[in-house]
Amino acid sequence: MLIQRLLLSDRGGMIVLSLVALAAVLVPLLNLAFPETSPLHVSTYNMTLFGRILCFALLALAVDLIWGYCGILSLGHGAFFALGGYAMGMYLTRQIGSRGVYGNPELPDFMVFLNWDSLPWYWHGFDHFWFAMLMVILVPGLLAWVFGWLAFRSRVTGVYFAIITQALTYALMLAFFRNAMGFGGNNGLTDFKDILGFPITAQGTRATLFFLSALALILGYLACRYIVTSRMGKIIVSIRDAESRTRFCGYQVESYKLWLFVFSAVLAGVAGALYVPQIGIINPGEFSPLNSIELVVWVATGGRGTLFGAIVGAFSVNYLKTLFTTWSPETWLFVLGGLFVLVTLVLPKGLVGLISRFKKTAPAKAEAAAVTSEPEAVTEEAKV
Amino acid sequence: MNILSQVRRSLGQPDPNFGAPLDTTHGPILYVEDVTVSFDGFRALNNLNLYIDEGELRCIIGPNGAGKTTMMDVITGKTKPDSGSVFFGQQINLLELSEHQIARGGIGRKFQKPTVFEALTVYENLELATAADKRVWWTLTRSLNAAQRYQIEETLVLIGLADQRHQNAGALSHGQKQWLEIGMLLMQSPRVLLVDEPVAGMTGEETEKTAELLVSLAGKHSVVVVEHDMKFVRSIARKVTVLHQGSVLTEGTMDQVQNDPKVIEVYLGE
Repeated sequence: MLIQRLLLSDRGGMIVLSLVALAAVLVPLLNLAFPETSPLHVSTYNMTLFGRILCFALLALAVDLIWGYCGILSLGHGAFFALGGYAMGMYLTRQIGSRGVYGNPELPDFMVFLNWDSLPWYWHGFDHFWFAMLMVILVPGLLAWVFGWLAFRSRVTGVYFAIITQALTYALMLAFFRNAMGFGGNNGLTDFKDILGFPITAQGTRATLFFLSALALILGYLACRYIVTSRMGKIIVSIRDAESRTRFCGYQVESYKLWLFVFSAVLAGVAGALYVPQIGIINPGEFSPLNSIELVVWVATGGRGTLFGAIVGAFSVNYLKTLFTTWSPETWLFVLGGLFVLVTLVLPKGLVGLISRFKKTAPAKAEAAAVTSEPEAVTEEAKV
Repeated sequence: MNILSQVRRSLGQPDPNFGAPLDTTHGPILYVEDVTVSFDGFRALNNLNLYIDEGELRCIIGPNGAGKTTMMDVITGKTKPDSGSVFFGQQINLLELSEHQIARGGIGRKFQKPTVFEALTVYENLELATAADKRVWWTLTRSLNAAQRYQIEETLVLIGLADQRHQNAGALSHGQKQWLEIGMLLMQSPRVLLVDEPVAGMTGEETEKTAELLVSLAGKHSVVVVEHDMKFVRSIARKVTVLHQGSVLTEGTMDQVQNDPKVIEVYLGE
């Protein structure tokens, strides 16, 4: 019953999820089981690249949930992603121990460099994996709760909300750039050695991280589907379309927005936590307002309000980005801007909408043929 | 204390004192007393006094800018007045409550422009409006029970949209949207229905059907209709209140009101 509700009515989602599930098994397998000389081998480099995009897809999913379904445009979701990443980065930094450049068993390298003599209070606990994982969820969740509570209670909506979220991520970026914050300043956290005792750059660890990213994406997708197919899902769509009507139906609109926003921020945080060990660094650049805008473009390109569209968008835009940044890096931003304009003008429902438009026109053609032309043509069309 | 209660609020607190039966022993269900609202010095409502009896059908008319919509905004919690009091029964002070609490407590409102959830089907529209637990967690994990679903079926028949139940509300005609919105109000099991211009833009036949519907609702609910269409008002009205410049000009039957020299002056110009 639950499976039927979550998946069977959602064909596009089922296709995308199957592909992700297939990749979750196949990619690590092809990487580990086949030698590098084999044509079937997937290089660790490509696997990590792919794994990174899986994290981005989870992030895009988080944005689609609030933007596509509830009409809350957040241009600061990169901040929650980065905070989740920092929580993971702090754990990984603590795991370095005395293997740092300065060999200090107590303090990370950058603190030794700054002549700090003890660990700041907010670093305590991060040597435990469970604590760091708790923070991956709590820190973005709590920030989203406080921020959302203030914004939604004052009934800040639409473009004003988008602007203050943009300010939020910008402010965090400036704060994290400061050395005195104790998060490694503009270098961020890097030079990680191992995670839960496994060497972080080892092929097996990479394969596991890839698998976990795909798993997180699948579970995140199912959780989002659960929300949007529940009664709550209809209510959030109603809030998007007719906020005051929803309020006069007796719903406390603010708390719906708030909890949806918090859930979305937590998803973003989890995505960030999976991203950091795969690329091996987290720095304040992740808070850059541009990142948050870019991820909104992913969702718009894929098609918002469908969930699986966000995944399609994250993959296609990032693939395009990989192509362009190797071919001619300086043109990428123009391409991104152009893409946004193009999607807004020509593809308001994104790539996913384009596919369903083709599907709709095909049977329509068949019908038209049935009316006008001879029977043979009809059967042919029907076969197609 | 404040922070804590705000936290509880965001989790969705149970509603205050609506559980107790409404105290209407003195007759009126809604007391609007000495209410004044000003916007930048303009007095939209000026010492307005209005009493709605339980189960009555009341029409409120008045020229543009008489304060009809502002009055509804005050009763439903959208606008807080500068002074005056608004009571639901004799015990519940509506000025202390927010919009969603007032709606849950039993005051339903239909907007001037028909407002339904266009992306959802007719059935889903009614489903959302159903009087059920409307806190976040419950809507995430529970679905409606059999009695509530039965109530939806009844309402579908009542508003004449049973055949359109799986149609998107956005595809309905203007008149059907108006009925759907009235149906959504009914799903809230309201004590008072505030209906703003229900027949605006309707054909003659649709207007007749709407009049029938509203008349059939009176008795079970108190119905307050704001309307411009005099013919429509005449066809349903028992008691008419005329608003002018933010306060009550006169009250009475349609005939009394229409022959009142003050009303004639307001409507036909000085």
